[in-house]
Amino acid sequence: MHLEATGSDLGEQYSRYIRGKQFFLVGALVLLVFLIVVSISVGSVVIPIDEVITTLLGGAGGDAATIIWQIRLPRVLAAVVAGAGLAVAGAVMQSVLRNPLSSPYTLGVSHASGFGAAIAITLLGAGAVSSHVEDAVVVQNPYSVTICAFIAAMAATVILLLIARSRSSQPEVMVLIGVALAALFTAGTTFLQYFSSADQVAAIVFWTFGDVGRAGWSDLAVLLAVVLPCLGWFLLNRWNYNTLEAGDETAHSLGVRVEHVRVAGMLLSSVITAVVVSFLGIIGFIGLVSPHMVRRLIGDDQRFLVPGSCLVGGIVLLVSDTLARLVLAPVILPVGILTAFFGAPLFLYLLIRGYRR
Amino acid sequence: MNLDIRGIAFSYRSQEVLRDLSFEVRPNEFIAILGPNGVGKTTLLRCLNALLRPTNGAIIVEGRDLLTMSRMEIAREMAYVAQRTEPVRLTAFDAVLLGRRPHMGLSTTPHDLGVTEAIIARLDLSGLALRYIDELSGGELQKVAIARALVQEPQVLLLDEPTSSLDLKNQLELLELVRAVVQEHGISALMTMHDLNLALRFADRFIMMKDGCIHAAGGPEVVTADLVREVYGVKVAVETLRGYRIVLPEA
Repeated sequence: MHLEATGSDLGEQYSRYIRGKQFFLVGALVLLVFLIVVSISVGSVVIPIDEVITTLLGGAGGDAATIIWQIRLPRVLAAVVAGAGLAVAGAVMQSVLRNPLSSPYTLGVSHASGFGAAIAITLLGAGAVSSHVEDAVVVQNPYSVTICAFIAAMAATVILLLIARSRSSQPEVMVLIGVALAALFTAGTTFLQYFSSADQVAAIVFWTFGDVGRAGWSDLAVLLAVVLPCLGWFLLNRWNYNTLEAGDETAHSLGVRVEHVRVAGMLLSSVITAVVVSFLGIIGFIGLVSPHMVRRLIGDDQRFLVPGSCLVGGIVLLVSDTLARLVLAPVILPVGILTAFFGAPLFLYLLIRGYRR
Repeated sequence: MNLDIRGIAFSYRSQEVLRDLSFEVRPNEFIAILGPNGVGKTTLLRCLNALLRPTNGAIIVEGRDLLTMSRMEIAREMAYVAQRTEPVRLTAFDAVLLGRRPHMGLSTTPHDLGVTEAIIARLDLSGLALRYIDELSGGELQKVAIARALVQEPQVLLLDEPTSSLDLKNQLELLELVRAVVQEHGISALMTMHDLNLALRFADRFIMMKDGCIHAAGGPEVVTADLVREVYGVKVAVETLRGYRIVLPEA
């Protein structure tokens, strides 16, 4: 069968509608850049915005430049990259499991990663605790922590995939499985704590609430090296994720290898989660809430939901971290505590008000 | 396109659903697959689209074995409309555009958009093209699913009970459309159906299934009172009224 295109104003309407979504992405990007600059400027030492900009462009030197390049910029970029990574992982998990309540945190993948990190710290001696309060935990071997976090995250993911496959995967059921997995891995972490030295306990506890201030430039490089290729893969698969929205049977009949797309999507989402958790600790709800915020605004179309979730996730975590730095200043709260305070009520809201995919 | 179904069988675990089915599909044919619930009609459609792999026999598409073709190759030849369409937060236009997936590279071309537009106009969906499909009625949703299958530009259209959720007017319109597309574009359509009268009105070939086998096949003349009694266990009269063959259950 062969069809011919006919001219009509529907095409014009549709491209206007698509331009609206593109406008949303551009707007979110501009907002993100603006917030990055603002976030660098505020803190215990307030640096004027124009000075921030000249420093970032390589202009100025001095104390402000040291604060920006050594402390604020890595922290801010870590918040953006981790937020973007967790949010896109959440968006892809929600899509491939066809389940609106999925996210690294609600499915227990984050807790599994935390457990893996705890194993590396205690049993493999990858971490140590310094007396320095600002940076209480030093990871001596980030690769073994990352690899252990990754293996544990994979274990959780495989369990999730097997259960999702059995087709009894109502959204609520999947979240309950996530609760069970989270409890299991938290129990594992507690078990390790019980047999650990005081220093190691401190290190593990520190891990259970995420803090973007832990990241240095080299951590940031690893984060980016993991998140960017995964994001590229997700973007390449945007049409496949869209066909999954129409149901497995329909996706099959449209030529999509459903199981392949689903397994790859879940594994890569878990990789992102594992690497974020192993560098920054557990940061909850970003992956759940950000895709829903985007979905409310521009709908389910994965062409825009994937990049939109990235941008909004970066914005949400950056704003949360900036607030966490300011709210009890000069004490800097770990952002994981703040996202839990904001995220849990939003999660309840989604459950009660009715979530839509 | 010619489709030869040669002795296919299918079992779910130990339960045999299809046994030794053979028939051929030619261009311009609109085939109704009839039979009671649970007889394997949907399973047959799924085998034809390689959603399920027959445990025995072969499906030959233009001289090629269906099971040696990639999913994309199959998707370029055949479209499948499932019984249920998921109401998700995609606009009708985007939901129809999904049908271009098998022809698409990395992103949509103006041609993809043009074809989608043309089909939307053809199915009178223009007014709701930019509405989210989770806000559409059952009839509108089914039309969107059919439109998605049509923009796939298939040679064979597989429809699983396309009219089961539609009111009378929508049933007639939809089947009229399928018949017109079959005739205009020289494609074939196979649909499963429970309503014998609707099937008799629109299809030109009939496959009556019983116990996982083909019990009878042919033109409208094979649908007789005896056949319906044998297959469905219901006593009916088959009459001709104003030129239409009508199946009327008897009291």
